[in-house]
Amino acid sequence: MIRAIRERWRQGYRTMPYPEQPPVLPDRVLGRPHLDPSRCPADCHACGEVCPTAAVTRNGGLALDLGRCLFCAACSRACPTGAIVWSGDWRMATRTRKATVVRGREIELAEALDTRLRRLLGRSFKIRQVSAGGCNACEADVNVLSTIGWDLGRFGIQLVASPRHADALLVTGPVPRNMQLALQKTYDATPAPKLVIAVGACAIAGGPFAGHEEITGGAAATLPVDLFIPGCPPHPATILDGLLRLLDRLPAATR
Amino acid sequence: MAGVSLAELHNGFSLPSSEVPRCGWDELCTEICTHIGSGARLAALAGRPVNDRLEVLVVLVRPEHGTLALGRAEVGARFASLTPACPAAHMFERELAEQWGVVPDGHPWLKPVRFHRSYRPGHDAWSRAVDDSILPCVTDFFRVDGEEVHEVAVGPVHAGVIEPGHFRFQCHGEHVLHLEIALGYQHRGVERALLAADPRRAIHLAETLAGDSTVAHTTAHCVALEALGAGQAPPRAEAIRAIALELERLANHVGDLGALAGDVGFLPTQSFCGRLRGDLLNLTALVCGNRFGRNLVRPGGVAFDLEPERASELGARLQEILQDVRGALELLFESSSVLVRFEGTGSVSSSLATELGLVGVAARASGLERDVRAELPVGMYRFAQVPVSTWHTGDVFARAWVRWLEVQRSAVLVSDLLAALPTGGLATRCPAPRGDRIAVAMVEGWRGEVCHLVQTDPGGRIATYKVVDPSFHNWMGLAMALRNQQISDFPLCNKSFNLSYCGHDL
Repeated sequence: MIRAIRERWRQGYRTMPYPEQPPVLPDRVLGRPHLDPSRCPADCHACGEVCPTAAVTRNGGLALDLGRCLFCAACSRACPTGAIVWSGDWRMATRTRKATVVRGREIELAEALDTRLRRLLGRSFKIRQVSAGGCNACEADVNVLSTIGWDLGRFGIQLVASPRHADALLVTGPVPRNMQLALQKTYDATPAPKLVIAVGACAIAGGPFAGHEEITGGAAATLPVDLFIPGCPPHPATILDGLLRLLDRLPAATR
Repeated sequence: MAGVSLAELHNGFSLPSSEVPRCGWDELCTEICTHIGSGARLAALAGRPVNDRLEVLVVLVRPEHGTLALGRAEVGARFASLTPACPAAHMFERELAEQWGVVPDGHPWLKPVRFHRSYRPGHDAWSRAVDDSILPCVTDFFRVDGEEVHEVAVGPVHAGVIEPGHFRFQCHGEHVLHLEIALGYQHRGVERALLAADPRRAIHLAETLAGDSTVAHTTAHCVALEALGAGQAPPRAEAIRAIALELERLANHVGDLGALAGDVGFLPTQSFCGRLRGDLLNLTALVCGNRFGRNLVRPGGVAFDLEPERASELGARLQEILQDVRGALELLFESSSVLVRFEGTGSVSSSLATELGLVGVAARASGLERDVRAELPVGMYRFAQVPVSTWHTGDVFARAWVRWLEVQRSAVLVSDLLAALPTGGLATRCPAPRGDRIAVAMVEGWRGEVCHLVQTDPGGRIATYKVVDPSFHNWMGLAMALRNQQISDFPLCNKSFNLSYCGHDL
C-alpha cells in the first residue's frame, strides 16, 4: 500500500490540460486539411488520381471528403501547386455527412444538441461502443479516452457495458454483413432518445474496405448517424472534441 | 536440404514457383509431420485453384536451420485431413474448406471460420445452396449434457470496447468444462482484396489487417513485395522499421499489463499503464504523425526520417516513460494479491502449446523459444540480436512476465538502434514483382509472428496472397486455457492472450 502511494506520488497528476488548452500534437500529425482551389491548374487531376479512396475530387471544384479520407497525404504530395495543406487542427467532427467535405479552410463543425436533449441528458452522457469490422485502431483510441491522461469521466461521459444504459452508440468499422444484425439489435436495445456516433473512415464510408462485398459500407447504411468523426483512426483529441462539441462543453479556447 | 518434397527459402526472400516441388497430398502430409516431429512448425497453408483442383502450398518454419520450407500438392474435392496427425493444421484446413469448397475427410471439427461463401462458385464444403443464407456463428457447437450443466453464451457485442466475437462456455457451476470460440464478425474481405487490390489501396489494406499491429503487417507486406521485385530497403529504413516495430511492441505490452492489472482489480498499475501506453503511441506519432504507425512503412523503405534531434527526443522521452513503466510494473509483480490471481490461472503446457502450434507471447510463456526475430532474422534483426524471452509456467503470470521481459529488451534495442542509426537513404524504388515467384515474409509482431505468403502469376500479378496473423494460431490456445477454470477468470485469461479478432477474420 505504501509502495502504491509512493509510486502514485512519484508519477504525479497526469491528466492533460485539454480542453482548457489545445492538445499538444507532434509536428507530423495530419490535422484537418486546408484547401485552396484557386491554386489548381486547369485540367490537373493529380490529387484525385493518387487517392486510395476517391476522397479527393476536382469535378465541381477541389473537394476533399474527410469521411472517406485515410489521411495518407498522397494527394498533397502529388499536388504540383500546394493546393492541399495539412494543418495541425484536430477539430473535424460534423453533424452531417455533407459537412465532412472540405472545400476551403473551414468546415461546418458539429453543433451542440438542442437544449431539450441536453437538458434531458443533464451532466451525464453514457456511450455504448459497437465495434463492427474495422482494424481495432479506432477502438484503441476511443479506449484511451478513459485513461487518466484524458479522463473522460470528468466530462460526465462514460463508456458503458450495456446498450440499455446508453444514451448513444459509438460505432467503429465498416459494418460487415456478418455484423449488421448485431449492430441493429444493439441499436434496438438502446432506449430512446438515442444518438449514433460514427468514428473513423470505416464507420463513415467504409474506409480502406469501401466497395468490398463483405461490408455494408459503414454505420449510416444501417442507422441514422448524428455525429461523424473523421480519421483513420481519428486522434483521441478529435474524438473527444466531437463529443464535447455535441454536449456544448468546450471552452472558448478550444472551440 | 529441406527434404525431398520441400524447398528451402530464407525469410524475406523469394524463389521461382517451379522450384517448389509438387508431390502427392499424402506424401506432403508425411513430410510435414516428420518436420514438425523434429522441431519445425506450421506457418501457413494456402490454397490456389488450378483448373478444377486446388493447389495447397505449405510453409514450415525450421528454427534449427533458420529457414523456411515450402511444399505443395494438388487436391481434389476431398482429401484426407492432416489435422488428426497435426492438430496445428486444424484452422488452416477449416479455412481451406470454407474458401475453396474442399472437404478434408476426417477433420475432427470441420466448421466455417469466417462465415462467407466459397471463393469457387459451385464448390461448397457443406453443400449449401447458392441462395442459402450464411449467418455468422450459426453452426454446430460442442455441447456437454447433464442435469447440472449449463451453457453461457457471450457476444458478439461485448461489455467493453472490444471487437466482436462469440464465446460459448459449457459449465458446471462456475467450473468451465469447455469453451468454444466462434469468430467471423470482423470479416471484411481484406485478404481477398489484397489479391487484386488497386495499387493505391494495397498498402492501406496491409496497414489495417490488424490496426494494433500496423507496423508488423505493413513490414511483412513490404518485405514480401521487395522480395518479389528484387528490391531492398536501405539500412536506415530497416533500422527505422525495427524501431517502429519495437515501439508497437512496447505500447501494446504496457497496455496489456495495465489491462491485466485492471482485470484483477489492481488499479494503480492499470491507471499508470493506461496513460503510459498512450505516451508510447505518441512516440510512434513523433516518428510518422500517426499513433499506430500509418504512412511509415512503404515498399522500398520508409516514408519518414529520424533526424538527429528527433531521434534524441525519441530516446529521451522513451527513457522517461520507461522509468514510469518500471515503477508501475514492479508494483504489479511485487503485489501478492496480484500474483495469487495470476499464478496457476489459465495454464497451457508446453506440449499442448507445441501441438496446437501456438506462437508469440503465448508460446514463449509456455516455454517455447519461438521468436522469428531470433529464428529467422530479417531486416535490422540480422544485426541487432534479440534474446528470446520465455517463461515456463504457461499461466497468466507467464504471459504477463514474458511481456515485461520483452518490454525491457525492446527498450534496450530501440535505444541501441537510435544511438547508431545507419546513414544513407530512406527508400529505394521497389521494382514490380517478377512473374511466377513465391515470397514469404515473417515478422515478429508484439502478439507473435505475422506471415505474408505471396505468389505471382507469369505476368507478375499476385495470384495468392495469404495473411496469417498470430491470432489465427492462438485462439485455440485461449479455448484450451479455460478448461477447468472458473468462468469468472475468463476476462483475465482472455486479456493475457489479447488476440486479434480482425487479424483472424481478415
